[in-house]
Amino acid sequence: MSVLTRTTTGTRSTTGLPVRPGTVAAGGFVALVLVAAMAPELLTGDTPTRIDLPNALAAPSWQHPFGTDEAGRDLLTRVIHGTRLSLGIGLAATGVSMVLAIVLGATAALAGGVVDAVINRILEVTFAFPSLLAALLIVAVYGPSVTTSIVAVGVGSMPGYARMVRGQVLAVKEAGYIESAQALGHGPWTVFRRHLLPNAMRPLVAVATLGIGQSIVWASSLAFLGLGVPPPSPEWGALLDSGRNHITTSWWLAILPGLVIVLFAIAVTSLGRTLQLRLEGATR
Amino acid sequence: MTAGTHGTAVPAPVTEVSSPLLRVEGLRVRFGEREVVRGVSFTVAPGRCLAIVGESGSGKSVTARTLVGLTGPGARVTAERIEFAGRDLLHRSERSWRAIRGREIGYVLQDALVSLDQLRRVGDEVAEPLRVHGRGTRAECATAAVELLRAVGVPEPEVRARQRPFELSGGLRQRALIASAIALDPPLLIADEPTTALDVTVQAQVLDLLAEGKARGRALIMISHDLSVVARMADHVAVMRQGEIVEHGPADDVLHRPGHPYTQALLDAVPSEHTRGQRLVRPAPGQPVVRRERVQIDRSHPVLDARGLTKVYTGPDKVDRTVVDDVSFQLFPGETLGIVGESGSGKTTTARMALALLEPTAGEVLLHGEPWSALTPAQRRGRRRQIGVVYQDPLSSFDPRWSVGRLLVDALSTGPRPPASTEEARARAVRLLDQVGLGAERLDAAPLRLSGGERQRVAIARALAPEPQVIVCDEPVSALDVSIQAQVLDLLTDLQDELGVSYLFISHDLGVIHHMSDRILVMREGRIVEHGDANEVFERPQDPYTQRLLTALPRLAAA
Amino acid sequence: MKAPVVRRFGTKLASAVLVLLVAASITFFVQLLLPGDRATVILNVRNGRDQEWPPEEIAAVNAQFGFDRPLLLQYLDYLTGLLRGDLGTSYTEFRPVTDVIGAQLVPSVILTLGALAVAWVIAVTVTVLTVQRGRFLGGLGASLEAFTASLPHYWVGMLLLVAFAVKIPIFPVIGGDGPAGTVLPVLTLAIPLSGFLGQVLREEFHKVLDQPFITTARTRGMSDAAVRLRHALRHAVLPGITLSGWALGALVSGSVIVENIYGRPGIGQVLVTAVNNRDIPTVAGTVLVVAAVYVVANLLVDLAYTLVDPRLRLS
Repeated sequence: MSVLTRTTTGTRSTTGLPVRPGTVAAGGFVALVLVAAMAPELLTGDTPTRIDLPNALAAPSWQHPFGTDEAGRDLLTRVIHGTRLSLGIGLAATGVSMVLAIVLGATAALAGGVVDAVINRILEVTFAFPSLLAALLIVAVYGPSVTTSIVAVGVGSMPGYARMVRGQVLAVKEAGYIESAQALGHGPWTVFRRHLLPNAMRPLVAVATLGIGQSIVWASSLAFLGLGVPPPSPEWGALLDSGRNHITTSWWLAILPGLVIVLFAIAVTSLGRTLQLRLEGATR
Repeated sequence: MTAGTHGTAVPAPVTEVSSPLLRVEGLRVRFGEREVVRGVSFTVAPGRCLAIVGESGSGKSVTARTLVGLTGPGARVTAERIEFAGRDLLHRSERSWRAIRGREIGYVLQDALVSLDQLRRVGDEVAEPLRVHGRGTRAECATAAVELLRAVGVPEPEVRARQRPFELSGGLRQRALIASAIALDPPLLIADEPTTALDVTVQAQVLDLLAEGKARGRALIMISHDLSVVARMADHVAVMRQGEIVEHGPADDVLHRPGHPYTQALLDAVPSEHTRGQRLVRPAPGQPVVRRERVQIDRSHPVLDARGLTKVYTGPDKVDRTVVDDVSFQLFPGETLGIVGESGSGKTTTARMALALLEPTAGEVLLHGEPWSALTPAQRRGRRRQIGVVYQDPLSSFDPRWSVGRLLVDALSTGPRPPASTEEARARAVRLLDQVGLGAERLDAAPLRLSGGERQRVAIARALAPEPQVIVCDEPVSALDVSIQAQVLDLLTDLQDELGVSYLFISHDLGVIHHMSDRILVMREGRIVEHGDANEVFERPQDPYTQRLLTALPRLAAA
Repeated sequence: MKAPVVRRFGTKLASAVLVLLVAASITFFVQLLLPGDRATVILNVRNGRDQEWPPEEIAAVNAQFGFDRPLLLQYLDYLTGLLRGDLGTSYTEFRPVTDVIGAQLVPSVILTLGALAVAWVIAVTVTVLTVQRGRFLGGLGASLEAFTASLPHYWVGMLLLVAFAVKIPIFPVIGGDGPAGTVLPVLTLAIPLSGFLGQVLREEFHKVLDQPFITTARTRGMSDAAVRLRHALRHAVLPGITLSGWALGALVSGSVIVENIYGRPGIGQVLVTAVNNRDIPTVAGTVLVVAAVYVVANLLVDLAYTLVDPRLRLS
């Protein structure tokens, strides 16, 4: 379910290299999703709330590629219109976890000693709470809402990133060019600003890309359990939540919005991996 | 057909008593479009050693691997003939290759640390050829493995057999690796750089072990980049360059009366006591040989003065380990002080303390007679430019995002005359590149795209940029091929003559140290065991350890 | 030889105890984070209302749960309670959280461990068979792993449910925790994990196969299959083992969803019901139990690692 703990330091993968056409397809799909998020009306002429009861629970057809829901609303249109919120939650959650992770991870690695030991213990504790469970704990306290989803997913996926940031900063700290810069007489601040920060943060660009896909998956998982964005909204997770009630009769209602999430996750992961390999290739 | 296959000595005149065990004719290997072995021919007779010598990329290892059918995926192998003990080796199925490997042809790779499976016991590794070829039960093979370890001179073989490779010292590991290759007593042993990662004393022991097999009538093919090692072992030498054998003949002829200019250049490039005061790169034909005019060194004021340097590390088990123990030395203007020692002797730690990148546990370092190691980091920063450093691996000392130009400009800015404008900075960076023999077009290159020698030149240029009086060179040529090493060493001496900089020159290579240094420190287990004038130490070593080092050192006989 | 192992394990054990202590403190203080007065929340939850309650009813609840006592005492009570196996009292079911979780733990453990085992079998088989076996096979294996690793549990679960319980009714839609009802849930959890483990294994296998000791083994006349199984595999599984500890966490997360899809009893069901009811003690208690299981599992993984990699027994 999660690929985000794969480390970015040191390993150079020659396997699983996304082939060029795959990367292009992934890029295309992500672009489509971005259009849907910014201007859904460009992709569908229908409105997500138009009720058409005679046509309720219609199977996928040319007219309704994703079929219709229990109120006869066109599912594809609803998916397209839900994109903005879903993507927003994914981006915001990734932002929350990355900021927390960078602060904790970088502080630990740079300060070392007691601070490092304390932060490490904290991370170890957070690791003991599996992401979804940590998220559920937060939802239990604050009740389901968009904000709760963002915070819950962000906090839930933070530990993995924090450990990665820490490892990355530690690795760069030990790099030969850091000592070279010190040997030239550069002060600690200059070394930090010119060498440590940019080199440590560079791989995180790729990791954050991977993370957006994961965040959307986690947020939709919460929604799937009825603990995310509540159903009238066409948010992807909410569509799953309402669609799964009809799973034995109208499978498309949950499977097809899920497929969109799967494709988006795969596309983003593929782009992230390509980016990762590029960055590593440029480094070593 | 390549001219190289008809080198100076064709196999015929060589005194071959018996018929050759292995006969290779017109071997070609290509990977895709690239032909890496281009028509190579040689023979090996029982009880003889053929050395295939060459620099990286010469195709020597690929040739060796082809002889056991492990050329690698995607390789296309063709030959007029490859015959081993009268059998064809060219057209073999994978299954029939397996019957040959280990039983008929043994193979030893370099660096036993990575060539033995770290997760398995040494005994199991040694016994593996026996198991694979069905020579007895597990228990019988285990007993045989212990006997093999005993035979290659591993002390306490019963204990060692139960240990893992990483628990053994480098020398014992390499012996174990050889023991496994000769477990089935194959008539031919191929050793690919068998001593490259080893200290000289251990290297000598391993070479003796290989010589024993030769004495028992087994044939040996040795792949090496090191001409001095080859001189000690080989009956025949084949010199490879860019996939071709450029010269081939009896070792004595090839090493002392080379017929090919490339062999000559390779031999010239090997630094030793004979090359002191000479350039290692032979001048172009017609150019005079310039001997180095060594100026008198003024020994009144040392630029670098180390007094009683000691470094103690406390391990996780709370046990103190003294890595450097009471090391004192002085380095004078324009002088090269060589520090030589085997791995773990504390020479790099000493260098780092001299650079004040590492706090000494006791003792101090003075720079130009003023406190250096005793300063606070902030006070030191302003004086750092006075002492530069060149590392073994220049690439890791460059920020991967920076171009050559940016590296140099950054270093210039820390100097006594920071460039006032971008134009000036650029012009001075170009001048630095010119000083180290690189063109201005390298300014915008990423260090990753440069060759090893070019990278080291950039590293030297960067060290020179802030106009230091001292440069610490920590194994600066250890990762380089011998011809590139020669160019870099020549460059360093030229710069010393031109600028009067002092070098604290650290190396494990006695030849390099002897070639470069005015004075020498020999370090062992953190202590200085001998120091003095370079020629004095090399000709009349006083300390038993130095004497052992020098006896173990393989050399080319005086040219 | 033995002493470092004991010391290493001792340190890990001490750190695990510390982790659990902090985790317990977090679950306790999270209960205080609840917006508004706890007694009001409890009364609202019990009566399905959203209103203010008269002080005497509030006081009764406060007395019942001990909310009127000083915070520090409540905290110490909670911790000492934990030592006796008391996780607090459910807001909605009026009985100890331990009872609520109780029997639900076993099916969840069976589900996660089963999935972990199946995922390993799939990942090892696919990797050993396809890595460095030509472009096509290798590429196929790698793409398959990348695809399955990205699949969310809910989607795999619904897909398997529609395919093998609704369209082709081999397995029951609501399976309970019997053997027939366990197949689809285990597969649902195992498929994404096998893709993930497979990626890690493949990358490592690839690196290992290029190592000199592999070449050495080949020069001894060893067959390709033997080289893969006897030398390479052991090295390649090392990072996978480390990740299995982490994977258990992901599996627990996934099992919440899987139990929800298949209506399978387990702590996931307890948890979702409790979150919906805002029954914080039950949520906190369950999460704490999972954390404890996770910590213990990681200790075991660490021990397993030490057994597979003798290098760790030294330093």
